[in-house]
Amino acid sequence: MLRDITLGQYYQTDSIIHRLDPRVKLVATIAFILSLFIFDGVAEYVIAALFLIIMIKLSKVPFKFMVKGMKAIVFLLAITIVFNLLLTPGEPVFTVWKLSITKEGIRLAAFLTIRLSFLVIGSSIMTLTTTPNQLTDGMESLMRPLKKIKVPVHEIAMMMSIALRFIPILMEETDKIMKAQMARGADFESGNFIKKAKSLIPLLVPLIISAFRRANDLAMAMEARCYRGGEHRTRMKPLCYKKRDFAAYAVILLYLAAGLMADRLVKMVVVLL
Amino acid sequence: MPIILDKVSHIYEADTAMAVTALNNVSLVIPDGQFIGLIGHTGSGKSTLVQHLNGLLKATSGSIYFNGEDIDAEDFDKKRLRSKVGLVFQYPEYQLFEADVFSDVCFGPKNLGLTKKEVELRAYEALKLAGIEDEYFYQSPFDLSGGQKRRVAIAGVLAMKPDVLILDEPTAGLDPRGRDEILEQISKLKKETGITIMLVSHSMDDIAKYVDRIIVMNKGSVMLDDKPTEVFKQYERLEEVGLAAPQVTYIMKALHDRGYDVRIDINTIDEAKKEIMSYFAKLSAAKRGR
Ligand SMILES: Nc1ncnc2c1ncn2[C@@H]1O[C@H](COP(=O)(O)OP(=O)(O)OP(=O)(O)O)[C@@H](O)[C@H]1O
Ligand SMILES: [Mg+2]
Repeated sequence: MLRDITLGQYYQTDSIIHRLDPRVKLVATIAFILSLFIFDGVAEYVIAALFLIIMIKLSKVPFKFMVKGMKAIVFLLAITIVFNLLLTPGEPVFTVWKLSITKEGIRLAAFLTIRLSFLVIGSSIMTLTTTPNQLTDGMESLMRPLKKIKVPVHEIAMMMSIALRFIPILMEETDKIMKAQMARGADFESGNFIKKAKSLIPLLVPLIISAFRRANDLAMAMEARCYRGGEHRTRMKPLCYKKRDFAAYAVILLYLAAGLMADRLVKMVVVLL
Repeated sequence: MPIILDKVSHIYEADTAMAVTALNNVSLVIPDGQFIGLIGHTGSGKSTLVQHLNGLLKATSGSIYFNGEDIDAEDFDKKRLRSKVGLVFQYPEYQLFEADVFSDVCFGPKNLGLTKKEVELRAYEALKLAGIEDEYFYQSPFDLSGGQKRRVAIAGVLAMKPDVLILDEPTAGLDPRGRDEILEQISKLKKETGITIMLVSHSMDDIAKYVDRIIVMNKGSVMLDDKPTEVFKQYERLEEVGLAAPQVTYIMKALHDRGYDVRIDINTIDEAKKEIMSYFAKLSAAKRGR
């Protein structure tokens, strides 16, 4: 039940996207997200959709895993759509009582829906094809220039990778403790809000204690292996670019260029026809 | 109250790439008052099986009957089942959460909706049954030793007054003395209350001395289900699946193979001692006779 959270879950398979350098995937994801905010025309979004579909195909991850991430934002999406539909001033299409749905509202709601879902699917592709460790390695490497201005890049990356590593463990632990308390007649489902909140105490206390115990053990294990921060630490698997990574950067540039010139492209096609 | 499992299978993460068949067509009858040992190699599905018995996990296929009622029926009261079939998890000390030992043990009976007086009475009885001295009652459970914590956790389940008590590896991670103490306490509990007890373990030495039936699991299926002596006779099959008969059984076999005329269907140290002593007695009687 608690395992159904995909955001940040790796899907094991072998594809060209999986094999790409994590830095490429990070840059691509950032570029894609930025493009979604810059684009605002049908033609641009068609290009974004095509790009996304090709990436999904190439990643060999079943589409249903991407959609899983969408579940988390359904609520947010619903609110955004309703507010945009009802509160955007403009030419009314449909009026009920004092509220009217406007043409502009529909357009805005449609674009926002597309933006948000592309955003979630786009970042899901990255997290589904990149292990958390690769991801943090990639981030550390990309943020290295920030070290010059005294940003503790290595420490941040280390904290992130530990946090990511602990998510599934804590999920499992939660599941176990919940079951153990249910075996003692605990009820996590019924009752009003206050009763429900109270029923979480037998779950949260052992969970927090165990998180601290694990943190302690981990700190001890790291110290036992002489970990003392990022200085002079070398990697077992250093990140290095291959040919395909440069090709991927080229593809990202092409995508951005195509998107930015989409309007002109469309006109050109129209003229040619 | 007997429990019957009819062709129970369980698949974790069904319909994904990570699907694991943890139980495969398991059929069992657990009558009243037995002392059962459930044995199997790591990952053989023991924990999965016992979580079905009190309805924490739902069988992917097959049915489970408690006292003749199907536990997956719509109108079946799972909470009542959980009070009747007490399950002590692996490393149960990690479920303790209250400020003191006594309140923690009260948690179970309180959930059953009993009166305060009844709850406290049950907690007291349970702590006594689990062998916890009065002086620990108002200490924080987190200040106790590993073995004591585990007893408190067992008391937490005993306080529900179950008819069937299942203990999932109650001795895991304890030193030999802690292990013997817990096992003795469980055996004493069995004698005093007569409830059905199921002891999960992967060490034959641990359970051979106490149980009157052994169920051997292998890769999600029941491989053997018989009286201990019968099960240990098949020690070669046990070895194939990463288990072993108790060490004394091997000693008696080795003695027998060297030409000493001793019984080999022996699985506790006490029995072995008796058998060897009587062998010597026979031997000296024969000498005197000559
Ligand atoms: N929550 C879960 N999700 C997915 N797979 C699981 C889960 N729990 C157990 N499994 C798998 O099911 C199989 C049986 O596990 P189970 O815990 O029942 O074994 P066990 O006999 O209790 O082992 P052990 O002696 O290590 O406790 C194993 O292959 C395990 O990996
Ligand atoms: Mg287990």
